[in-house]
Amino acid sequence: MGSITLKSVRKAFGEVEVIPGVDLEINEGEFVVFVGPSGCGKSTLLRLIAGLEDVTDGQIMIDGKNVTDASPAKRGLAMVFQSYALYPHMSVRKNIAFPLKMAKMPEAEREKRVQHAAGILNLTDYLDRRPGQLSGGQRQRVAIGRAIVREPSAFLFDEPLSNLDAALRVNMRVEISELHKKLATTMIYVTHDQVEAMTMADKIVVLRAGRIEQVGSPLELYRSPANRFVGGFIGSPNMNFIEGEVAAKMGAHAIGVRPEHFHMSTSDGLLGGTVGVAEHLGSDTFLHIDLDNGPHIIARAEGEFPVHHGDRVYLTPQEGRVYRFDQNGLAI
Amino acid sequence: MATRQTQSLARLMRAPAIILLLIWMLVPLGMTLYYSFLNYNLLSPGTTSWAGWFNYQYFYTDPAFFQSIWNTLVLVLGVLLITVCGGIAIALLIDKPIFGQGIVRILVISPFFVMPPVAALIWKNMIMHPSYGVFADIAKFFGATPVDWFAQYPLLSIILIVAWQWLPFATLILLTALQSLDGEQVEAAEMDGASAFARFTHLTLPHMSRAITVVILIQTIFLLGVYAEILVTTNGGPGYASTNLTYLIYRAARLNFDIGGAAAGGIIAVILANIVAIFLMRAVGKNLD
Ligand SMILES: Nc1ncnc2c1ncn2[C@@H]1O[C@H](COP(=O)(O)OP(=O)(O)OP(=O)(O)O)[C@@H](O)[C@H]1O
Ligand SMILES: [Mg+2]
Repeated sequence: MGSITLKSVRKAFGEVEVIPGVDLEINEGEFVVFVGPSGCGKSTLLRLIAGLEDVTDGQIMIDGKNVTDASPAKRGLAMVFQSYALYPHMSVRKNIAFPLKMAKMPEAEREKRVQHAAGILNLTDYLDRRPGQLSGGQRQRVAIGRAIVREPSAFLFDEPLSNLDAALRVNMRVEISELHKKLATTMIYVTHDQVEAMTMADKIVVLRAGRIEQVGSPLELYRSPANRFVGGFIGSPNMNFIEGEVAAKMGAHAIGVRPEHFHMSTSDGLLGGTVGVAEHLGSDTFLHIDLDNGPHIIARAEGEFPVHHGDRVYLTPQEGRVYRFDQNGLAI
Repeated sequence: MATRQTQSLARLMRAPAIILLLIWMLVPLGMTLYYSFLNYNLLSPGTTSWAGWFNYQYFYTDPAFFQSIWNTLVLVLGVLLITVCGGIAIALLIDKPIFGQGIVRILVISPFFVMPPVAALIWKNMIMHPSYGVFADIAKFFGATPVDWFAQYPLLSIILIVAWQWLPFATLILLTALQSLDGEQVEAAEMDGASAFARFTHLTLPHMSRAITVVILIQTIFLLGVYAEILVTTNGGPGYASTNLTYLIYRAARLNFDIGGAAAGGIIAVILANIVAIFLMRAVGKNLD
């Protein structure tokens, strides 16, 4: 239960084509993350799968069944919204039980499932409160609780953590990952935060302007990005791109080197530059460097690296860690 | 410290307005109370004398008294029922994107801008008139005998006219409430398997409860005093069939020139309004918090 297949799914709002055609295979039990810049169609794609938007063209299959024209309720999916979308006038208990009530489940069974979900999500003490009386993280958990009681064949999350502060975000990220391990249900998770994508996903789908740029496991995308866009999107800080003579010498239009893949030295190296800002974090040192007649790049040195504003440094990309891209930005 | 200073300053600044309002309210109330204990008839204005409870007794024993109270309540409840249900229905309809939405919304709102006597006259002469009203035409078209609305169903006719006038107000308030309903909540309910009807009862209606309360409270205040519509249509008749308390008071004051009796009626109306207000606040006031 929980495999989802998209067959050349297309979506247009009037004249505007938001998703020109997507083919995607999501296996049972997988944690799939859609990432991409704002406005690239992640939410739209998720809503198409949920059935909240009608596809313009193409097919959506869930567990081998064509559900392209099925209503959201019939698809057996559960969604957690960015705004949580809890019912404000119902208690937490009623919120969680709502889908069960709609399914006409008997009271006793309902209560049992609510208790079970509340147990998993640490909500047992809050069951009689209204959503307005909960913190952001608790509301988030109620929204997840409402999703899990239905025992859906897949969960859909649309940027569920973007309203939380940084610390809570890290906690909830771990909790959702653990929940996935526990339930082993397919999850599709939308985010524009590549750290969330890297840490949670079994499979990342990188989108740009409604097109899938690359699909793969986090490390696959990290190690072998299919093009310049994916290279630049995955990894933090972003990959540095160097064009011109240096790239031409390596037989490429542009080369990409991640900040963590430079050998740094104050005496000699392939690329010379001047330190702009130096961020000394103790564990790492991030240097913003203006290359001689080249672009501005960021390099990371492990541990402490004692240089300061205005110092000269020399960088050498590590062997086998240089990505080469052609004129069209495709990896060579 | 600072708060206490601010508070007393605020109280001081508020005082003039509140005192003015108090005078505005207390002087007429006091005068009405005073007149209600006098024998005071405009036909013989020189000879006022102390009447004690006579005016109240007189009003109370008037055969029209209990009927007018009953009519007042029926009128208020009837109009509330029609405007709240109709307002929800129309709000739901014009909330959906339709062709010519702007025009439709203006048309829906417009009855509110027609003055009550004008509206009532239009209804009386052009819509409900038994020989050349629109309803009569419709009845004749189907071969039925036209209904003489004001003779056969006087109170219902008044209720319909007043409801027509207040429907836009209810619609407007309920529409704004409807538009503030979070779209994601509706979508969440859709995913949770709620049918359109279940979404309405579990989501839309609770969301609108506060607006409905406001509509009920405000309309009740105005509906207790409906008067112009009765004056220009049925004149309270036939008999006392469409006389409400306000109209009964008007009758005492202007037709019988009995200031004392009218004042007593006014005081009774104030008491009735307060009883209704207490019941209302008990029943729906909790929605306002
Ligand atoms: N109902 C709609 N009508 C017209 N255009 C729409 C509609 N919904 C979305 N779009 C357009 O579709 C594109 C993709 O929107 P979508 O919400 O899927 O982006 P997203 O990837 O989720 O972005 P974000 O990260 O900001 O949430 C946007 O350009 C948006 O303007
Ligand atoms: Mg989005």
